[in-house]
Amino acid sequence: MEMIFYGLAALTLAGGLAAVLLKNTVHCALALTVAFAGLAFQFLELDAQFAGFAQILVYVGAVAILVVFAILLTRGSETPMDGVFSRTWLAGLAIAAAVFAVLSWAVLGSTRALPGPGGAPAATPTATVMQIGNALMGRYVLPLEIVALLLTAALIGAVIVAMHEKAGSL
Amino acid sequence: MTPLAGYLLVAALLFAIGLAGALTRRNAILVLISIELMLNAANLNLIAFWRYGPHPEALTGMMFAIFSIAVAAAEAAVGLGLVISIYRHAHTTDIDLMNRMKG
Amino acid sequence: MQETISFTPQLAASPIAEILWLIPAVPMVASGVIALLKQPKRRTAAALAIGSLSFSLLLALLAFVHVAGAWALGGGIRETVNFTWIQVGSSHVELGWVLDPLAAVMLVMVAFVGLLIFIYSTGYMEHDENYTRFFCFLSLFAGAMLGVVISNSLLLLFMCWELVGLTSYLLIGFWYQKPAAAAAAKKAFMTTRVGDVFFLLGIVWFFAQTGTLLFYNGGAGSLEPAALAALLAQHAALGLTAAGAIGLLIFAGAAGKSGQFPLHVWLPDAMEGPTPVSALIHAATMVAAGVYLIARVYPLMQAGALTGGTTTALTVVTWVGAFTAVFAALIAVAQNDIKRILAYSTVSQLGYMMAGLGMGGVAVGMFHLITHAFFKALLFLGAGSVIHGCHEEQDVRRMGGLRSDMPLTFVTYAIGMLALCGFPLLFSGFWSKDGILEAAQHWSVAKAPFYMLVFGALLTAFYMTRQVGYVFFGYWRGHKTAHESPAVMTVPLAILAFFAMALGVIGTPAWPWFRAFLDGRALTFHMDGFAEPGLIALMGGSTAVVLLGLGLGWWLYGGQAPKPEQPDVLEKAVPVPWGWLHNRLYVDELYGVTVIAFYEWWARVADWLDRRVWGGAVAGVAWLFRGWAQLNRFLDTNWVDGGFDKGCEELATGGGLLSRVQSGRVQTYLRLLALAVVALVAILIWSSRA
Repeated sequence: MEMIFYGLAALTLAGGLAAVLLKNTVHCALALTVAFAGLAFQFLELDAQFAGFAQILVYVGAVAILVVFAILLTRGSETPMDGVFSRTWLAGLAIAAAVFAVLSWAVLGSTRALPGPGGAPAATPTATVMQIGNALMGRYVLPLEIVALLLTAALIGAVIVAMHEKAGSL
Repeated sequence: MTPLAGYLLVAALLFAIGLAGALTRRNAILVLISIELMLNAANLNLIAFWRYGPHPEALTGMMFAIFSIAVAAAEAAVGLGLVISIYRHAHTTDIDLMNRMKG
Repeated sequence: MQETISFTPQLAASPIAEILWLIPAVPMVASGVIALLKQPKRRTAAALAIGSLSFSLLLALLAFVHVAGAWALGGGIRETVNFTWIQVGSSHVELGWVLDPLAAVMLVMVAFVGLLIFIYSTGYMEHDENYTRFFCFLSLFAGAMLGVVISNSLLLLFMCWELVGLTSYLLIGFWYQKPAAAAAAKKAFMTTRVGDVFFLLGIVWFFAQTGTLLFYNGGAGSLEPAALAALLAQHAALGLTAAGAIGLLIFAGAAGKSGQFPLHVWLPDAMEGPTPVSALIHAATMVAAGVYLIARVYPLMQAGALTGGTTTALTVVTWVGAFTAVFAALIAVAQNDIKRILAYSTVSQLGYMMAGLGMGGVAVGMFHLITHAFFKALLFLGAGSVIHGCHEEQDVRRMGGLRSDMPLTFVTYAIGMLALCGFPLLFSGFWSKDGILEAAQHWSVAKAPFYMLVFGALLTAFYMTRQVGYVFFGYWRGHKTAHESPAVMTVPLAILAFFAMALGVIGTPAWPWFRAFLDGRALTFHMDGFAEPGLIALMGGSTAVVLLGLGLGWWLYGGQAPKPEQPDVLEKAVPVPWGWLHNRLYVDELYGVTVIAFYEWWARVADWLDRRVWGGAVAGVAWLFRGWAQLNRFLDTNWVDGGFDKGCEELATGGGLLSRVQSGRVQTYLRLLALAVVALVAILIWSSRA
């Protein structure tokens, strides 16, 4: 089933590239959505169904919309005069390439530690919602509560940030 | 190449693409978009390791990824709120022009 | 007659000998105290000086009585008190003082004459503003002279000798604002210095040979037979023994101090000092110190003489003395300054004393010294009285007829003058001079000194009559009227006049007390002392000479002394010789072209050396240092400072450069972060691989 892998990979990467390269910011946001979708399918492919659906729900359903909203609110659809890339874009590209190089070096260099082309382990792992729920309430209850706190804080913070500005400038 | 290695490479490439975007695009929102890409790449890494690593029944990778998604969402919200408030102040989203912290 | 003298040395010093050191010490301390006084305290200064010298006189009289008493009991005594002054390892430098008849008579004479002159000075110097300084110096001089008299060590004698020379310099130049006085003081000091160099050589040689500088030290002293025998054994150059050579060197010092030819040039110029100074220092005492020195070291001078014979040293002393006597007397004939006549007279009489020492022995020379001290001091003080009365006039051609204006001065002056001439019988000078003439007559070496001394006596009578004729007889040729001096000045004159006559008693052949006292022999009064062969003839002869001189002088100058503008009678008669004599036989001029010229040349050479060579060397070193300092400054400014400044600049620039990293742009930070991550991961992989 390698075709699926390559196809999904190509989709995701294409979406990512488009998100980074396009001039129109809205187009970038939409390309981002495609990339998210691609990733979600890849999760499904990796038997992480819950993660995949969570990805769609959260990323595609909320984050992408949020980004679009932000773009619209900041008139990001207008293309700036002097180009969308910074003047020193080559340096950034080079650094990114270096990062990819070193990461792939790490990956490829440690293939012997990875399981052989035998591929998947004996059994496909099951990650039922009940298991995840149990884990959340059991072993991972502390991170869960903290994330809850974090989300609350983020909520309040975002409101305050937006509100202050409103009270000050206008 | 093992499937794991393949997924890892894909994740690495996606990460690099996101990094390139963060380092080169002038629009602040696009930088945030790129950051989301990077986070997603990391998530892919996590899930891949969960699937192909030892002890997938511990659900560690999955949990990590789920938490990562939650946090990323919160961070995106806050970040975009900041960008909007900056836009209100400076009437631009060009991060090249935001150098008041210049030393 | 010369005889070897031996005393019974005392083992333990008597009390008076123990405190003998107070005699010079007290006036010196008084001098120090006066020096600390402020100017206006005249009475305190005079009282201190006179009081301290009176105390010294009292002690001197006690010492004299003690010695005389011991002599009367039979045999002379000599007491010494010696102590170690410096000790270097095993060699000692010892000092000490001695009390014997020679020292005793000299002590009494110096203290007594000195005291009279001190009292005289309170009157003479009354109008001088530096009254206190005068008495300070006078007191110091008195202390130093007394120190010369009592010292038992050649070193101590030399130290006091130098001190005497110093005070002489200070007192000659007392009125130092006068250029003539300052020059005279320097001349005196330097001329005596020449003599002192030889003296010092003699001392060093003496010490090297005998190992001790003490004269008498219970058999181990340098004038005692053991040391003298060792000296005689040594031979020096020119056929002299070491004793003779050292004796001549010491005589050179005495010649300087006592104004013998050729070192006599300073004495007439020393008359620039105040008259009491001339009286005390340059007539009675300091110039007599040279004679006293020869008398003191007489055993050395006499060492090696066979009985009735003489030594080379004493022969030289005689010839120099005789020559000086005639030489100075000739010059005195043609002088016009009242004090200068007396100065040359002093030089002449000192020559007599030296000749007497050389031919007749200690007693002969010392007797003339004692009598001369009294009548020469009298003459000088009288001259001072005349000068004071004539309102500071010193030229005899501007005086005259003072016989009636200043009677007391005239009488005392006349007594002194007759004593100096040697007027027979009543005056002490007659007896002392005859003693010398008698010794000269019997001298074994040659007869010439005798004739020279006789001629000198003729000249002495002549010039003194000339002087008295000019000053006291004739008519007054001055400007203001003359007046007699106050009692404080005339009373010492009277006392000195008395002694000028009375002292003759102790030296007559009938009762030669002086000689016997000095020799330590017993004595009786016997008129057949006059019965010695040739003695009456000699006395008659010298009387005739004196009368001849007096008559000549009176004939030429006695009644009608010429006006001051007209030349002298003798000058009119024999102008050329008169010119030579008046110009002091050109000795000073001779020194000027030889010694002084050489000295000036040498001083110029030394100056050039000093400025060019040594000064150049010093300047060179200084220049070197300056160059070094400049180099250091250059290095410091440019390298050290510059380097430091550069370093700081680089730091600032680097900091500036580095601060550009803080561009304020987020993407830059992010890029750097990414780079760092790349580096870290690479390191991690690399290290895990290895």
